[in-house]
This record gives sequence, C-alpha cells and structure tokens, in this order.
Amino acid sequence: MKAPFSWLKDYVDIDVTAEELAEKLFSCGFEVEEIVYLGEKISRVVVGEVKALTPHPDSDHMQVCVVDCGEEYGREIQIVTGAPNVYVGMKTPVALDNSTVCETNPAMLEKNPDGVKKIKKGKLRGVESFGMLCSGEELGINDDFYAGAEVNGLLDLGKETVVGEDIKKVVGLDDWIFDISVTANRPDCQCIVGIAREVAAVLGKPFKAPDYSYTEQETKEAEIEVEVLAPELCPRYMGHYVENAIGGETPAWMRKRLALSGIRSISPIVDITNFVLLEMGQPMHAFDADELGGRKIVVRRANNGEKIVTLDEKEFSLTENNLVICDGEKPVALAGIMGGLNSEIKPTTKNVYFEAAKFARDSVRKTARALGQSSDSSFRFEKGVDAYTTAYGMARALHLIEELGCGRVTAMKCDVCAVSLEPRKMTASIAKINALLGITVPNAAIEDILTRLEFKPVIDGDILTVEVPGYRDDIDGYPDLAEEIIRMYGYDRLTPTFLEKASVTGGGLTDEQKRENLLKDVLKEQGFLEAYNYSFYSPKDFDLMKLPEDAQERNAITVLNPISEELSVMRTFLCPSMLQNAVRNIRRGNDEGREFELANAYFACELPLKEQPTEKRRLVLGVWGAKCDFFDIKGAVEALAETFHIKLTFVKGGKAFLHPGISANVLLGEKAVGYLGELDPAIALSLGLDKKVYLAELFMDEIYGEADTAVHFTNLPKFPAMERDLALIADEKLTCAEVEEVLLRSSKYVTKARLFDVYRGGQIPEGKKSMAFTLTFTPPADAEKAFTPEVLDGFVKKILGNLKFKLGIELR
Amino acid sequence: MQAKIAKLKAEIEEKLKTRETGRELYELKMYFQSALKEIMSGMKDLAKEDRPAFGKIVNEFKQGMEAEFERYAEIVRKKEMEKKYAAEQVDVTMPGRKYKAGALHPITLVKNQLIDVFAGMGFKVFEGPEIETDYYNFTALNTPEDHPARDMQDTFYLAEKLLLRTQTSAGQIRVMEKQSPPIKILSPGRVFRSDDDATHSPMFHQMEGLVVDKGITLCDLQGMLAEFAKRMFTSSTKVRLRPSYFPFTEPSVEVDLSCSECGGKGCRLCKGTGWIEVLGAGMVNRRVLENCGVDPDVYTGFAFGMGVERIAMLKYGINNIKALFENDVRFLEQFGN
Repeated sequence: MKAPFSWLKDYVDIDVTAEELAEKLFSCGFEVEEIVYLGEKISRVVVGEVKALTPHPDSDHMQVCVVDCGEEYGREIQIVTGAPNVYVGMKTPVALDNSTVCETNPAMLEKNPDGVKKIKKGKLRGVESFGMLCSGEELGINDDFYAGAEVNGLLDLGKETVVGEDIKKVVGLDDWIFDISVTANRPDCQCIVGIAREVAAVLGKPFKAPDYSYTEQETKEAEIEVEVLAPELCPRYMGHYVENAIGGETPAWMRKRLALSGIRSISPIVDITNFVLLEMGQPMHAFDADELGGRKIVVRRANNGEKIVTLDEKEFSLTENNLVICDGEKPVALAGIMGGLNSEIKPTTKNVYFEAAKFARDSVRKTARALGQSSDSSFRFEKGVDAYTTAYGMARALHLIEELGCGRVTAMKCDVCAVSLEPRKMTASIAKINALLGITVPNAAIEDILTRLEFKPVIDGDILTVEVPGYRDDIDGYPDLAEEIIRMYGYDRLTPTFLEKASVTGGGLTDEQKRENLLKDVLKEQGFLEAYNYSFYSPKDFDLMKLPEDAQERNAITVLNPISEELSVMRTFLCPSMLQNAVRNIRRGNDEGREFELANAYFACELPLKEQPTEKRRLVLGVWGAKCDFFDIKGAVEALAETFHIKLTFVKGGKAFLHPGISANVLLGEKAVGYLGELDPAIALSLGLDKKVYLAELFMDEIYGEADTAVHFTNLPKFPAMERDLALIADEKLTCAEVEEVLLRSSKYVTKARLFDVYRGGQIPEGKKSMAFTLTFTPPADAEKAFTPEVLDGFVKKILGNLKFKLGIELR
Repeated sequence: MQAKIAKLKAEIEEKLKTRETGRELYELKMYFQSALKEIMSGMKDLAKEDRPAFGKIVNEFKQGMEAEFERYAEIVRKKEMEKKYAAEQVDVTMPGRKYKAGALHPITLVKNQLIDVFAGMGFKVFEGPEIETDYYNFTALNTPEDHPARDMQDTFYLAEKLLLRTQTSAGQIRVMEKQSPPIKILSPGRVFRSDDDATHSPMFHQMEGLVVDKGITLCDLQGMLAEFAKRMFTSSTKVRLRPSYFPFTEPSVEVDLSCSECGGKGCRLCKGTGWIEVLGAGMVNRRVLENCGVDPDVYTGFAFGMGVERIAMLKYGINNIKALFENDVRFLEQFGN
C-alpha cells in the first residue's frame, strides 16, 4: 500500500517527521518497507525570474538570460538557455551551479541508472552560464502533477511563486511516499483513510474524516430498478443516479493525488471513481446511464457461454461461476473486475449511474484468475471490502461530484444489502486479556487505546464492552482485542517470563528419530557428505534412468500447478536426484565424492490421487570418482548393516539404470530392501560422464523394522584368536558368498572368513580361480587354553574336506 | 703364548675403535673368538702344571675382551642411531595424511541444534506427513477456503484437497488431536511453496514449536524466544516482538533478533536496522484449539515457526539459499566440524 505523506496530513495533524512516522507505524503492525522522498534527485533548484534576454552571439537558437533567484542565491545570475518559450518576466525553475536534476537524455540514462544529472557552471559556445533553466521533465513531473509540466521547453511557474524558493516545495516534490506492508487481516488499511486512522491512533491525534456530505435533487428521469439475484456473491449493491454530467478538466489537487499513486487523469467522473478507490478503499464503477437498456440493473451469475467485451476491448466467454452486472438485456460489467465497453463513460456522457458494491472476495478472485483479467478494483476486492465502507465510498463520490461541479446528484438511488449493518457489540473480560498477555495493562490505557481505535469502549469492573468499527471485520474475540491493546501499548512493555505456570514435560527424540541420527553419523564416519534434494523432479528423469514403461517408479504423484516440468513429479525413488548431484559435481570439477540423502519417497494408493499417499523413508548413496568401485558403496551399506545388527545378502541383479554385471539386489532375509550398483555405462555415456558413478538405494522402513541399535557386548576370550590363510582353487562360477558360507559353517570356531585376494591365470587352470581367505579361529570365552597349531591343522583339514565335498574346491 | 695373547689384544683393541656398525662388531667378535680358540688349542702343548695358570690368564683375557666388546656395542649402537637420525629426516611442513570424514548438511546441523535447545525445555519432536490434506494445512488452522491468508502462500496442489504442506504448523493439529495438554512439541520438516527466485526455494524446512497448557502468556513466549536466541546465537542476542498476522495465532508477532553481525548498530546484513527478522509466532488462536477439541477457556498456548535455512544462512553466513540444495562437495565438506 502506497501512501503519500502529504495526503495523510489531510486527515491527521501529523507533527512528526516521515522517518518518525514510519517508526510509529512499524511499532503498531504496519511495516514501512520503503520511504521514497519524491525530491530525492533534485537539489539546489529554486524559483527564478528572467529579468533580461539577449541573443547568444554564436548561436541562432540560444539566448543569454539574466535571472533573479533572490537575495540568497543571487539577483543577477547569467544563464544560457536554448528553450524556445523563455520570455522576460517568466518565473521558471533554476538549477544553480552544483545542483542536481533528473537525467532526461535516454542515452545518458542507460549509463547512469540513478538518473541524476549534475549541473555545474560552464561555457556554452563561449558564453558563461551559471546553471540551467529547467523543464518539468527535468524535475521528473508531468501535467497531472503540476499543470504545464509537459510543455516543450521551460516550466512556466505561476506569477504568485516567490523567487529563491525551493522548487520542491513549489511543485510538491517535498513529499514522501510510504510503501506500507499491510497484513492480510487488515484490508481496511488498503487505502489512505485506513492508514490515516492508524496514524491518528498511534499519534493520539483526532482523525478528521473526509467530507461525505451532498444534497440529493429531484429528477424527472424514470427509475432504474436494481435486482440482486446472487446475494451470496454480492452482499451489498448500491447505485446512485447523477445527471447532467459534464466533462472538462479535473482540478489540479485531485490530478496530483492520482499522479502520486501513478494514475493518469482521464475525466472528472472516472477520476472520482479512481480517487475514491485510493482514498476510501471502495472500488467504484460509473456506467453511462443512457446506455443501460431497459432502465434496469441485474446482478446475477453469467449464463454459460455468455460474452462480454470489457473496457480494454477484450472479449470473454463466461460461466455461471462469474458474476456479472447486467442491464435489462445484456452484461454491462464483469462484477468487481472491469466495466463493459458498451456502457463506458465517454466525453459525451450525460447521465451516470454510480455503483459501489461489496462483491465476495473469493468470487472476484476466482473469476479474475479464470479469465486472466484483473484491475485495481479486482485486487482490492480480492483483499476484502467491507459492506460498511461501501456506503461511505458512495457518499464520498457524490460529495466529490458536487465539489467538482461535474454533475447533479439526484435522489434516484438504491441499496440492496444482504448483510447486517448493525454495529457489533462485544464483551470481554479484562482479566482474561491480561492473562493472555502476561502483564496487567492499566484500565485507563485500555480505554484510551480502544477509544483511539474507535471501539467506543466501556469498562464496568472486569467487563469490557466495545462496539466493533464497521470496517473491522477481522475482530473476532478477546484475543483480537488483546492484540489491539498490546500493539498500541507496546510489545516492549512485555516482561519475559519462562513458562511460570506450565507443567514440567519430558522432551527429546523418539527412538526412531535417534536411529536416524545414528544412521547419519555412521555414514558420516564412512566419509559421506549429507545432501538435501528437492522432493520433486522431472518426469524425464524416468526416461533418463531407462525405466521400463511398466516400472513401479513411474506411478508418481504429479503436482497440479508445478513451477516447471523439472519440478513436477513427486519422487518415487531417490536415485535420480543423487545422480544429478554426481553429474553436477563432476561437471564442476569435483572429481570424487560420496554423498547420501535420507528423505521420503511418495506412493499413491491410486492415481489420479484421491487420498493421502504413503510416505516411505529412503536412503540413497552416491559414490563417484576415478578410483572407486562397487565395493566402496557396498562397504557403506555393510557398515549400516553392522550398526543395525542385521544380515544383508547381496544377490546379483538390480535395476534398469544399473550395470547388469555390477549391480545387486539387497535382501534382508527374503525381503528386498534395496539395490546398489554401478550406473549403467550407457547412461553415463549419454550424460557425458568420464567418471564412474555408483548408486545405492535402501528402503529404510523395512530395515528399521529389523534394526537393533543396542550395543551387544561379549567378554573377550582369555586366549587370542588365531589366523590361517588358505589359497583355494575354485570354479569360476562360485561366488565369494558361497565359499564363505561353507567356511563359516565347517567349524564353530571360525568367527570370520575374509577374502583378501582373487587370482586368475598362471598355473591356475582355465575356468578356475584362486581365492585367498583369511580365517579367524576364536577360542570360546571359557576355553582353558589357546588353540595349538595341531588343533588348528585339524580344523583346517575338516574345512578343506567340506570345501571339496560341497563345492569341489582344492587347496592351491 | 702370552705374546700371542698380547698381540691379539692389541689387534682387537685397535680394530674395535674403528667399528662402525653392529655387523662389523659382530664379525670382529667372531674373529676374536676363533683366534682365542686357536690360542686355547695350544694349551694341550703345555706342561700339565702350567695349564691352570695359563687357563686363568686366558680366562681373564677373554672376560676383559668381552667387556670391551660390550662397551663398544653400546658405542656402536649410539653411532648407528646417530646415522639413522641423520638419514631419516622429514619435511615436517609437508601435508599430513588423514582419513577423510564426511559431514552432515547444515540444515541437519541447525535442526539438531534447535532440537537440542528445545528438547532441554521439555519439547518432544513430532514429524508429520509432507503431503497433507487441505484440512490440516489450512482449515483446521483457521484458514478456511476463502480466507485472505491463503493468498499469502502459494500452494502446490496434488489433488483437490491434497497438497504439499506449506507449513509445519499442520503438525500442531495432528498432535493436539491425539494428545491433551500439557503439550510441548517441536515439529521440524520439509515444506513447499510455489516460489522460486534468488531468495526463495520451492522447498525449504521449518521448525514449528507449540506449547499448550494452563496459564501460558505472551510474556512466556517472549521469555522462551529470548532463551532460544541466546543459545542459538550469542548470549547478547536480543529479541524484539512486533505485531503481525497469522490466521492460527492471535495476537500474532513477528520476531526479530538483534543483528549478530553488527550487534545492533546497523550493517548490510540487517539493512541498517540492527534487527533481523527470524521467525513468526503468536498465541494459539482459540478457533485452532477448538478445532482440536482443546477448551480455549481452560488452556492457552503459543506457537512459533522458523525457517531452518534462514537460521543456517545467518549462522554460517551462507549468502545464497540455492547453494543449500546444490550439494556441491566443496560446499558440504565445510560442515564436517
């Protein structure tokens, strides 16, 4: 909400500076995001009178002027000008030596985005010039701001201006625009009067209401009948007939106000509607009454397929969700959004039908969105207009009609109101208000604050009775009153306490939350960096990952209104995000990396989505670099298995996006709990990756179900464990896991069997491989002596027998 | 015989002086022992009565020499060590070899710090679903369909009544429905808003706090936030409340902390104001309590919600929110303690 300082002063005697006012507004809930000083670019520019003119000796269009700028700046200043409209006796803005004005040369503006031009004394074709005579453009103003500002040449100031006076004061640039952030609960402050009421309250000054008076005169014209068929979308509709409208110029004061808000003057009638919107926050519309067919106004839902052409000459096809204002025959306005071209105010318009209404915010919003059509009026309705202000908006408009003398206010009017306009009375307990705040605000202060805010408070013992102002639809209960009181009383008067009356409660993390922290710590120890990715990605990722058409992962929930296709489907697995991380890192020259992300994947029970979907915890790991291989990522998965005391098995196989020879499904018992492997080299190639990428994804909900994070301690055996290395010749097809299983089962004392070397070729026959294992034999905790070499030999003999019998393995 | 012994003695003593290594010393000892053996083999040529005297001489000679060898062993060890020390020099300024540990993401770090601060005050942690119903995200939070506040947040919809939660406040309702006061919960998590520019990310994290009990006041909210500010930032960090609006709290406040960069004097970080907007809070709206079956005439409460990224950015001086989601190794590594 933009509010000019000068305009606010119409309603409140403001005796503080703009900065002080901003501070005050901030403290009571209206953050001033920016204060713009209108004269920021202008300095040392004063009113001067041209006393003498002589032609420039070396130029046929320039003239040498002697300018009187008053006692302070000089009575006889020589300035050269090329302006054609200069004359002796002219009063015009003079930019003195070392002054600043607005840059108007487009080429210079490009180089100098500040838009400030410095003026210094200098010679123009050999003649000294001690400044510059200025145009309106050089002051940054237009005709609406100051009459005559758009004249080609110098700005001709009125005769009544005084030489030497600061030009900013003369043309109204000595003003500030407050850009105020208004919270959604205060639509009543989306206008100058609303802000002025707050200013009056916070400064403790009286609010001087605008003049709403006007006189109705008899009319001979036939009555215009008004019918509201959709009161749910139009709680209040007011109309008023104004005849003998005349065009002409809107007075300077109103044009300037509109200009301050960035609105150009069109005609007195149209300007009044815009002015009332700014001042009162009530959107107005004016129909050319002679264009209304059938002397009728009907407010109704549009018929499906009904058409309207709005003022900006756009045609819209409507539905029953759109509210329209119709005459006896056809739509003449898109309610609250824009009038129809068929009834617009023209310079020739004689009779005007003014409309002030409250249209339901939701209806206006939905229509504006659906049609892609909006206006200052629709923005205002979307924020919420109260039925109370509607009447004041209308009255103000009629008063201005009279004040501007641009029409005759008649007695022909209507007011169809479906809501109560009775003032709302509310009572509240002062003790409860104070209990909510935690301090005791003196009754006198409560009374004073609520009086200033126009709540008409009456305090009787503990009972506070107020009358809620008609424009305060947001006031709902005693906490709202508490807020009104404390925001004016001052939040800095609260005294911090620490839950003095509250019960003691036990806090902290649940076991599940602690387990997640443990998991993250384990991965951190394994050298992994934690990543956070968006929960949505592109449907193209499914194709990139070579997922078959019928893959489960393709059953993704889509965002109905995504920012872009890249962020349009909810993740069904996390690998694509991790792959993107790897790709981004490799492209940035981060040749090696290990990352993980723990996040949810989303699974719909059915698509399109009908009920809340399931969110499942997923862990994704990514490892990339020149030196890493499958076993780096597998090692991290194994580390997790150890922490959670679960036994995972790895079975060759995996996903479409993994290397078919270097990938595995992860099983916990019979249950699939994830997969891991090298990214399919074909995908790597298509992404232009020169590093290998390994991915793993684990289904944590399944794993958590079996996880045990307790510490299991075993007392150390009295005697040390012994190791034996065995080099075995095994069939090429045998897997490490198969050999390991036999090794571990062959003797209960074998506590570990670790493969440390695989060798092919040399003396190893074709189709065979040498596998070297280190076996660890641990004596039981209660053993009386250590294993002797002979005992170990016995174990090994038995193991070798089993290996040969079960797997056809020989000792090398 | 004695001449032989004397000669051997002189020879060994001479050679001992020049031994440099244990090996040389060992070889000399071997030589000495074989020479001594040879001398002793001459004993059989002596008269029987002379043998004891000679034996004694040889024995003394042997013991004396062995002591000498012992003495020189020590000398040679020292010499050898000195050579070793001289030979084995490292450039201590060369880089060390370390095991590269991983790191937790700054969002996790801040989340854990926040949980730590509030868990100590008796808050339990609750995590609600990220895909929420319209009811939990809006309606129950006093934001019915045509409420102006719905415009404050650009919501991602998945179906007519299903959406990506725009705020962790949705979790408040789920907790209050199941649990009766006293309630102290903290609800961290991912939230989503259709906003993607230099300072906004379509996904970010919030941490919501809720206290509902008898006699909870706005002063309590301020006291708790003052404690939070001290523990998350510095002991001199101050808290300022100013009026604001959220549909689910009344009164609602915006909470500013004194700027950690300039201590409140005004700098670029705080845009010269000395204060930084950090979170929104307020007294839980009566209608919200009613929606959850909590009697608002018996219980009051407060709620606060903050952006985790915002706190992380303030704490670590991260200047771009997008960097938090790029997962660049060079970025993440810096949070490994």
